[in-house]
Amino acid sequence: MLTNSPETVVADALAGLAAAHPGLRVDAERRIVLRAEPTRPGKPALVSGGGSGHEPLHAGFVGHGMLDAACPGEVFTSPVPDQMLAAAQAVDGGGGVLFVVKNYTGDVLNFQMAAELLEDEGIEARTVLINDDVAVEDSLYTAGRRGTGATVFAEKTAGAAAELGADLDTVARIAERTNAACRSFGIALGPCTTPATGRPGFDLGENEIELGVGIHGEPGRRRAPFAPADELAEIAVDAVCADLDFGGDAMVLLNGMGASPLLELYIVYAAVVRGLGKRGVRVVRNLVGEYVTSLDMPGFSLTVCRAEPDLVDLWDAPVQTPALRWGR
Amino acid sequence: MGAVSGMADDGRAELGTASSGAEAKDGGFDAALGAAWLTAAADAVAREAERLSMLDAAIGDGDHGTNLKRGFAAVAAKLAEGVPATPGAVLVLTGRQLISTVGGASGPLYGSLLRATGKALGETESADVAALAAAFTAGVEAVAKLGGASVGDKTMIDALSPAVEALRAAAEDGVPTAQALDLAARAAEEGAQETVPLRARKGRASYLGERSEGHEDPGAASTALLLRVLADAAA
Repeated sequence: MLTNSPETVVADALAGLAAAHPGLRVDAERRIVLRAEPTRPGKPALVSGGGSGHEPLHAGFVGHGMLDAACPGEVFTSPVPDQMLAAAQAVDGGGGVLFVVKNYTGDVLNFQMAAELLEDEGIEARTVLINDDVAVEDSLYTAGRRGTGATVFAEKTAGAAAELGADLDTVARIAERTNAACRSFGIALGPCTTPATGRPGFDLGENEIELGVGIHGEPGRRRAPFAPADELAEIAVDAVCADLDFGGDAMVLLNGMGASPLLELYIVYAAVVRGLGKRGVRVVRNLVGEYVTSLDMPGFSLTVCRAEPDLVDLWDAPVQTPALRWGR
Repeated sequence: MGAVSGMADDGRAELGTASSGAEAKDGGFDAALGAAWLTAAADAVAREAERLSMLDAAIGDGDHGTNLKRGFAAVAAKLAEGVPATPGAVLVLTGRQLISTVGGASGPLYGSLLRATGKALGETESADVAALAAAFTAGVEAVAKLGGASVGDKTMIDALSPAVEALRAAAEDGVPTAQALDLAARAAEEGAQETVPLRARKGRASYLGERSEGHEDPGAASTALLLRVLADAAA
């Protein structure tokens, strides 16, 4: 593992992020990542955050057209309300703050506390919960569907809307609609190892894979024997399409989980496009690469977003962040 | 419940021999005891961090010990700068520190537990067992409300709830502070053990479904540890 010590992983990585991206302002002491430019007066500010280990999420999406600030927590551990409050105060331009929160108990509780604190400060706040992971079938007896790849779509579309002059309620609605239009499913070929434990997070047999894995290595629907890429792609396409009728055009994120080469992701992507085509779904926008990783986990996740026309326009709007940049 | 009433019987038997001496020095739960508890908790959590993280690794992501260790170290550092005048203020300060340093679900949950308990203690300089039981009840209610967990969901509530019950029973029986806290710690330890066969319904472990059975809940384990440290500090 390329680390100096388990305790300094996040701080050391933030130092590198700052060095690599002059368009970002990294406040190492308060553990927040901001745009170098101040928020345009009146623009709603987008703040997200979560445990580290999913890079480029979220700090890699800070910049024009997406987030105004990100709060990185410890590896796989939600950030604390102090970070969220500091970030919100730093980027509020009078237009209020939208918290984009992935549905994990820790993230939900800490952002909830931050929202209460923000209200005391007189800053208007809205929270949008991202929960696109169809692998979680039983929401009654679990913490509910997890937030994964839809985060990228929601941060992009809502960020673009804010840039174009939408108010806080409208921006929040765009994020909610985007989340509702997305479904994801992940497949792990092996576990990931956190720097703190130095041990694999779960055990998989030599020829075993986890179908429906979560971004921290949470278990999915079942374990299955290893199969060719085309079959795995078909399983993922089937899972997302069984959950939502995409009816026509879709935007697709084929996401590498950290230890699967782009070569392999392209193999899977080809099968995904074929599989969606068979079901009458045409891919009109795509991202293939690492956007929501899980440390060193081998595998992929598929996110399909129904291509509602205004969402596609917002997706196409200019963006300039470390991990996504076009049109500007 | 049989075990709990058995313990209460033991408690009363002991009470007969210890009461005259204990009553004189039963200062209740005051700021000094609160500070002694939480400072000792930092050592205990650091010592047990590996065990707590291993429990978490089995059904979560293996960082419960690391996260609590960071939080309680910050609490101990804060208390070393100065101890507030009332036990309520000690707990509120601790709760705030935990919320600011732990992260994950444990930070807000433990933070709310201590903050709500502290607030319920009010301005009192020393809480007797009844006042402590009432305040602790408010704290556990805050945790249940925030996390949405009930008894049997395989969470810290499974250790907290029996501990509160034990404390309330101790108050009714007129048991002195140190002994009441020992009964509460024992109840929490049993409650934590009873999470082993349960299936998790909250938090990250819930995604394991039946695969979460057969493992002690790390949150219930850390709750039992913290209450044992409190009982030891009061003894």
